[in-house]
Amino acid sequence: MNKYKFILILCLAGFFMGPALANDASLGKKLYEVYCTQCHGMEGDGYGINTPDIDVLPKDHTDTPEMMTRTDEDLFKAIKHGGKAVSKSVLMPNWDANLNDDEIHALVKYLRTLCCTGE
Amino acid sequence: MKLHKPMWGLIFLSGLSMADTTSYVAETCGGCHALQEVSKDVDERINRKGSHLYYAGNKYQYEWLEAWLQAPTQIRPGGDYPLNHTLVTEDGDVIEADSLLEHMILDSDQAIKVTDYLMTLTPFNELLEQVDYEPKAISQSAGEMNFVKFQGCQSCHRDDPEYGGVSGPELYTAWNRLQQNYIISYTQNPELWDKNTMMPNRHIKNSALEKVANYLKVIGESHE
Repeated sequence: MNKYKFILILCLAGFFMGPALANDASLGKKLYEVYCTQCHGMEGDGYGINTPDIDVLPKDHTDTPEMMTRTDEDLFKAIKHGGKAVSKSVLMPNWDANLNDDEIHALVKYLRTLCCTGE
Repeated sequence: MKLHKPMWGLIFLSGLSMADTTSYVAETCGGCHALQEVSKDVDERINRKGSHLYYAGNKYQYEWLEAWLQAPTQIRPGGDYPLNHTLVTEDGDVIEADSLLEHMILDSDQAIKVTDYLMTLTPFNELLEQVDYEPKAISQSAGEMNFVKFQGCQSCHRDDPEYGGVSGPELYTAWNRLQQNYIISYTQNPELWDKNTMMPNRHIKNSALEKVANYLKVIGESHE
């Protein structure tokens, strides 16, 4: 494959995948707002509207060093099956009946923007 | 508090037939409450302004509903979609109480007619028939332990007017507000009742689920 064909393929991939990735990020943000902010806070810092009366402080998703210790697989598992599935608090519920796998993947991507890219 | 747009149509409700009540409810309540089944769509949850009423007859207790329509109180401390009422502060997120909608008040005749109509909306009889629950007496402290520590309900729900989460409906009056079998069925499979629910299905085993309901009975009876 010559370099022009390779560049063309990259451009086409960007053209078609760019909107999909943007949609994914937008979906992840929306789902985070609906299902997560009550406990984890509008800014993801763990100080949501429910936090004052929760016995275990919800995770601060903006804590980069802490979040970097969690793999995407860990985060997916925690969202889908709850905190207990990753040896964390049972107060983190499982969302498997509310969200499908694609939606949970979108949430994981959004979590990475909160914790690790400063976006 | 913001006041819902007055339901002027209901002023003329007295003396009308059930068919008339149906159209009045559709016209005046339908703006905030779903009167027909909704599809799975997260945007529906975001834009929701009131509880779904299309299964009101499977959910509410007649006496409670009739009384509540005449003297409505705030069931959801954070509103129907809490994010619309959330403020970010230096002390953490808080609910802006002044932004919560206040439900309109019906007079006695109106409340009876609307309740009569709403109680005919029963698409989920089958779900209720699957429930086999007999309330049992438990101690408040044991029930509270299950509610708070083991099931995590208090994270989102208040079991006391001054304590508990604010994103879900308060539960200290749930026993008086809701049908017993609805409490069991909804807690067990919330997504079967409301496709866009913000309540997780915790896959609670029956015995633990019944303890939650028994606890709601204990605290509900103390708030009668």
